[in-house]
Amino acid sequence: MPGVSMEKAPIPENQTSVFVVRKRTFTLVFLGVSAVFAISSVVTDYNVIDGFVAIPRAVSWIAENFVPDKKAWSRFPNILEKLIETALLSVAVTVCAAVCALFSALLGTKTTKINPWIGRGVRIVAAFFRNVPDVVWAILLLFSFGQNILTGFFALFFYTFGVLTRTFIETIDEVSANCVEALRATGANLLQTVFQGILPSSAPEIVSWILYMIETNIRNSTLIGVLTATGIGYMFDLYYKRMDYGSAGLVVISIVALVILIETISNQIRKAIM
Amino acid sequence: MSGLVVADAAPFALDLQKYMHKNRAGKIKTAAMSKNGFAVKLTVLVLLGLTLYGFATFDYKNIDIAEAVAGTFDNIKTMFGRPRLSYNTLAGALKALFVTFSLGALSTVFGAVIALFGALFCAKNIANPKAANIIKSFVAFIRAVPTILWVLIFTVAAGLGSVAAVIGLTFHSAGYLIKAYAESIEEMDDGIIEALKASGASFWQIVFQAVLPSSVGYMIAWTFLRFEINFTNAVAVGAAAGAGGIGFDLYMAGSHYFDLRELGFITYMIVAAVIALEMVASKIKSRVG
Repeated sequence: MPGVSMEKAPIPENQTSVFVVRKRTFTLVFLGVSAVFAISSVVTDYNVIDGFVAIPRAVSWIAENFVPDKKAWSRFPNILEKLIETALLSVAVTVCAAVCALFSALLGTKTTKINPWIGRGVRIVAAFFRNVPDVVWAILLLFSFGQNILTGFFALFFYTFGVLTRTFIETIDEVSANCVEALRATGANLLQTVFQGILPSSAPEIVSWILYMIETNIRNSTLIGVLTATGIGYMFDLYYKRMDYGSAGLVVISIVALVILIETISNQIRKAIM
Repeated sequence: MSGLVVADAAPFALDLQKYMHKNRAGKIKTAAMSKNGFAVKLTVLVLLGLTLYGFATFDYKNIDIAEAVAGTFDNIKTMFGRPRLSYNTLAGALKALFVTFSLGALSTVFGAVIALFGALFCAKNIANPKAANIIKSFVAFIRAVPTILWVLIFTVAAGLGSVAAVIGLTFHSAGYLIKAYAESIEEMDDGIIEALKASGASFWQIVFQAVLPSSVGYMIAWTFLRFEINFTNAVAVGAAAGAGGIGFDLYMAGSHYFDLRELGFITYMIVAAVIALEMVASKIKSRVG
C-alpha cells in the first residue's frame, strides 16, 4: 500500500491485516464489475468503441441541430401550454395518489393496530402497484381510454399510489410510534390518535415525499407522453419525427427549466417545513 | 396540619392567563401555531388548489369515463387472469428479459464509474468549492432531462440499438449517482481527512485510504438501488424508443398485436424480475448499511 511507511505492528498469526483485507475486497469488486461489464456487453451487442465515438458525435450534432431557431420560437406558446398541462397533471396525479395512499398507509401501518391481516393485504397490493411499471399501465389503458390525458393520469396514478403507500407506511412507523404510544396511554381512540398524533408528527415527511413524487412524475409523464401520444412527450416526439430538431430542442429546454424550477421550489419548501 | 390549606396563598405567582391561549369560542388552545405547521398547511392548500385547477382545465375530449373504466377492468381481467405467450416463445422472452437486465447493468456500471470520479470533485469536504459548484449545476441539468429524451437524442446520433439505450440510460444514472455518492462522502467524519492532511497525505492518498473505505458501503447500496431503477427504465426505454429487450416485446404485444394475454405474461415476468432485484438490493443494503 502506498503512503503507509510506518513500522508495521506485529500481526497475530491467524489474523489477516486490515490492508490485505481491503486490497482483497477492492480486487474482488473490480473483478466482479468487469465480469458484469463483459457479459452485459456481449448480451446486448454493445460496442464499447462505438459507444465512446458516439458521445462526441452526438454532442456536436446536438450543438448544431438542437438549438431553437425562429420557427421553434414561433411554436413556443403551444409548447408552453402543453408544459403547463404536464405540470398540472403531475401535481394532480400526485395529490390524488397521496390522499389514497394516506388512507391505505393508515390501514397498513403497525402503529394504528387496526387488523394485522388488512395491514398485510395493503402492503401486498402496494407492492403490486409499485412493481408493475407505469409503461404497462399506459399500454393497457390505451385500449379503452385512447389518446387521452386520463391515460397518462391513471398510468402515473397507479405507480405513484404504490410508491407513496410504502413510503407513508415507513414514515408513520418510524416517526409516530412514540407519540401514538403516549396517546394510547391517555386513552385516546383511533381517530384521535390519527388526527392528534400520526398526522401532525409525520406531516413534514409526507409533504416532502409528495414533492419528490411531483418531480419524478414530471419526468415520467414525458415518457408516458411519448408512448401514448399525449402531453409534452408527444410534442417532443412529433417534432423529433418530423426532424424539426430546433423545436424538439426547445421542448427539451423547457422541460429542463420546469424540472429545475420545481426542484428549487421543493427544496425551499423542505427547508421551511423540516 | 396547616400545610393542607395553603391553596389561597400559592408560593409563587403563576399568571396562567399569560401562557394560556384561547380561541374565539373561549376554549383553551391545545396546539400552538408554529412556523413549520403553517408552511405544511400552506403547501397542502396550494397543491390542492392546483389539483382542482388542473382537473377543471384538462381537455378530456368528451370521453365516456364509465365505459372506459369498465373496458379497462375487463382488459385487466384478461391480462392478469389468462396470461399466455403466442407471438413470443418462453426462451425468446427470457432472453429479452436478460437483454434488458444487461442494459440496466451496463448503464449502472458506466454510471457508477463516472459518478465515482464526479463525486470526488463535487463533495464539499474534499473538493475545490468552485469546481464543485460548476459540476453540481451541470449534473442538475443532466438529471433534469428525462431519460427517454436522452435515448431518443442519442438514437439519431448513434443509430437505433444498444449504444443509444446504454448511453441514454448512463447519462441519468451518472447524474443521480454523483449526487448520491457526494452526499455519502460528505457524511464521513471530517477528523479523518484532517488527520491525513496534517500527516501530508496527497489528494489521492486521502481518497484511497480514507474516503473510499469509509463510504464504500453507502455507495454499494446506492448503486444497487440505481440498478433497480435502471432495469425499469430499460423496460420503459425499450417500449417507448424501440431500444430492444423485454420493453420492446411489451410494446409489440400491447400496441402492435393488441394481445392482452401476451401483455399479461410479459408483465408477470417483469414484476417477478423487479421483486427479485428488490429483495437482493434490500439484502445488500442491510449487510453493508
